[in-house]
Amino acid sequence: MRLRQRGWCINMSKANGSPVVKVGLSSCGVAAGGRGVYDALAAKLEDSKVSLMQTGCIGMCYKEPLVEVLMPGNERYIYGDVTPEKAERIIEEHLYKGQPVKDWLLMVEGNGSDIASPLEGQRRIVLRHCGIIDPESIDDYISVGGYGAIKKALGSMTQEQVIDEVIESGLRGRGGAGFSTGMKWRFAREAKGSPKYIICNADEGDPGAFMDRSVLESDPHSVLEGMLIAAYAIGADEGYIYCRAEYPLAVRRLKLAISLAQERGFLGESILGSNFSFDLKIREGAGAFVCGEETALMMSIEGKRGMPRSRPPFPAQSGLWGKPTSINNVETFANVSWIISNGAKEYNSLGTEKSKGTKVFALAGKVARGGLVEVPMGMTINDIVFKVGGGTSSDLAFKAVQMGGPSGGCVPARLADTQVDYDSLSSIGAIMGSGGMLVMDESTCMVDLAKFFLNFTQDESCGKCVPCRVGTKRMLEILERITKGEGHEDDIEKLEGLADSIKRASLCGLGQTAPNPALTTIKYFREEYEAHIKDKTCPAKKCAALITYEVMADVCTGCMKCTKFCPTGAIAGVKKQPHVIDDAKCVRCGLCMDVCKFNSINVF
Amino acid sequence: MVTDTKTREAPSFAVIDAIVHKHNAEPGSVIPILQEIQDSYGYVPVVAIDRIAKITGITNGEVYGTATFYNMFRLEPLGENLVKVCHGTACHLAGAERISESIALEVGARVGETSADGKFTVEQVACLGCCSSAPALMINEEIYGRLTPESVRRVLKKCACGNGDGA
Repeated sequence: MRLRQRGWCINMSKANGSPVVKVGLSSCGVAAGGRGVYDALAAKLEDSKVSLMQTGCIGMCYKEPLVEVLMPGNERYIYGDVTPEKAERIIEEHLYKGQPVKDWLLMVEGNGSDIASPLEGQRRIVLRHCGIIDPESIDDYISVGGYGAIKKALGSMTQEQVIDEVIESGLRGRGGAGFSTGMKWRFAREAKGSPKYIICNADEGDPGAFMDRSVLESDPHSVLEGMLIAAYAIGADEGYIYCRAEYPLAVRRLKLAISLAQERGFLGESILGSNFSFDLKIREGAGAFVCGEETALMMSIEGKRGMPRSRPPFPAQSGLWGKPTSINNVETFANVSWIISNGAKEYNSLGTEKSKGTKVFALAGKVARGGLVEVPMGMTINDIVFKVGGGTSSDLAFKAVQMGGPSGGCVPARLADTQVDYDSLSSIGAIMGSGGMLVMDESTCMVDLAKFFLNFTQDESCGKCVPCRVGTKRMLEILERITKGEGHEDDIEKLEGLADSIKRASLCGLGQTAPNPALTTIKYFREEYEAHIKDKTCPAKKCAALITYEVMADVCTGCMKCTKFCPTGAIAGVKKQPHVIDDAKCVRCGLCMDVCKFNSINVF
Repeated sequence: MVTDTKTREAPSFAVIDAIVHKHNAEPGSVIPILQEIQDSYGYVPVVAIDRIAKITGITNGEVYGTATFYNMFRLEPLGENLVKVCHGTACHLAGAERISESIALEVGARVGETSADGKFTVEQVACLGCCSSAPALMINEEIYGRLTPESVRRVLKKCACGNGDGA
C-alpha cells in the first residue's frame, strides 16, 4: 500500500504541476504513424513545462494514433486519428488556450463530460495499465502499485497460500484450453524433481489475435510480476518467456523490462531480501504455429524441431529438460498480480459460475471499433460486437464471428446471444480460444474462410501425425475445388468424414481442432457450400472463379486509373471514355474496384 | 533495421564460431545461434550449419532439420529490404491478396521472390498482430497499416529511396 500511495503522489504531482501529453506507441500506434505524431509533439513542446511521454495500447486501435492530454486534477482527454498537424493544433488550442478540440475528441474522463466513453461495458484487469503508464519505465509501473503483489506474497503468504488464492479466484488458463491455473501450479509444486521451471507462453500464433502482443508492449512488468509469483508458488528459480519473433517491439520491451527488474532487485538472487531467487530468459520463437502447443514449445526451447509429444507425462511432472514445469499464457500471468493484490473474492465476483474474471478479446475484421477489449466473462457475443465494438464497420449486416482462430469456430449472428464463457461456447462448436474475435459482415464468404484456415493449418502441421499432415491437405484440396466451382455432390460429406478422422487420430491440439473452421461453417452455413457446389455461385461474391467484374459505363468517368493498376492489362480505354474489362484476361484480383474513386466497377 | 547490422561479406568461421561460443556451444541454443547468424548475414549459410554441428557435437541433420522446420530461417541471401506481407485472418478479409498483387506490380517480386534490383525480398507471414490496422505489412522491423493498393506502392517507393523507417 505504501508503494501505491507513493505512486499516486508521483502521478498527481505530474498532473498537478503541469499537463502531461501521452502518445500511444505500441505496434498499432506505430503502424498508424504514431512516431511522426510523437516527434511533432516533441518539437512543439521542447521549451514548455508540459511533459511528453510514450505509452502503450489503450485498446482503441481503430482510432490510432491516439494522443491523451492529462490535465491537472486528473482530467483525461483522448484524441483519435491524430496527425502531426492535428497534434500541433491540439497543443495550441487545448494546452495554450484551454479549449479542447471537440471534433477530434474520443473520450473525456474526470469532468462530467457528455461524450459517451468508448470503453463503456468493459472491465479492465489485464489491461489496467495499458495506455496509462510508460511501458519502458519501471518507476511508472511501481507508481501504480507494481511489484506490490510479489512483495505481499513474499512478505505475508506461504507458497500454499498463494496457490490457494489463485485456485479460489477461479482463474483458468487464458491460452485457450482453460485449465485451472492454481491446479496447474499445485501439480508442479508437488512434483518431485529439481530445478523447476516457469514458462510464459507468448507465442501468440493464432492469426487474428493480438492480446498478448499488446500486453507485452504496453505493460511488460505485470507479466514478469505474474511469473515471479508463480515461480515463488511452485518453487522455481528459473523461467523462460517464449515470444514470437514477429513481435520485435514486444521482445525489445521485455528485454528492457527484465534488465530494469534485475537492476532493482526484483529478479536475481534473494529477491526483496527473502531467500527466494529467480531469473528469466527470453527465447524468441522462429515462426512455427505448432510451438504454441506446450510440449512443442518446450522442444523448441531445448533447440529442437517443435514437435508435440503425447501426454502424460504432463509438463508439471516432466517438462523442460525433463523437469517439473508450469507453462502459462501472457494474459494469465497479467491476471495473477491483480488477484494477489486485490484478493480472490474480488476476482471471482466477476464472471459466470464456471468462468471467472474477465477475458481480453482482439476485436477485428468488419467491426466499427476494432481493437483490444476486456469484458467480464458471461457477456453475450452480441453485446461485445454491438455495445463494445459499435457494430459492423460497413453498412452490411453482421453475419458471424469467428473465435479462436484456426482451432475455433464460426458463430452465426442468430446464435450471437450466446454468453462468452468456456462452456457455453463449446456447446455451440466454438471455443473461447486465446481471444481472437473476428467480426464478419455479409461480404465474407464462409467457404473461402474455411479454406483460408485449412490452408494455414495444413501449412503449419508439424507432420508427425498422418491424419493431420495428409488429412488437412485433402480437406484443403476439396475446399479449393469447391471455391473454383468444381465441387462434387458428395464433397460436404467427404469433408465431414475427413474432419472426424483428423480430430480423433491426431496427437495434439493443432490436429484435433484443425477441422473446426470447416465443420462450423458447414453446420451453420451449409447453404453457401451448396450454392458453390450445385449452382456454381458464390453468394458473397468473393471466390474469383465464380465472379465477373465489369465497368458500369454510365458511372465511369474515363480517368484511366484502373488501367494503370490492372496487373494483366485487362482494362482497355481512352481518357474520358468508359473503360472495358476483357473478361478473358481478367484475373479477378479486384484491384480496379479498390482504386476506382467513382465506384464504377461492379462485381456479379 | 535488419540491414544495418548485416555484414555483406562472405560467411566467416570467425564470426560463426564467436556466435556459437557466446551461447557456450550448448546444443539447446541452436535456435538462438541460428537467429544470430541470420541477423549477421541476412540468411543462414550452409557452411554455418556444418560449423554449428561440428562445435556443438550434434549432427548436421539435426541442425538442418531445425533450420528448415521454422519458417523464420532462410537458407538463401536476402534483398536489401525484407517485406513481410501479413496474410492473417483480418488482413485476408481486408484484401491482403490485393496488397500482394500491388507489391508485385511495384517491385516485380511475388511472395518468396527477390526483386531483380536486389532491393526487396517479399515474404508472406501468418499474422503480424496488427489486425485492427489491416491490411498490414512489415518492412524490416517497421509496421505499416491500413494499406491500400495505392498507398503500399508509395511506401515501397519511399523505401527504395532509402527512407525505409519511420511511417
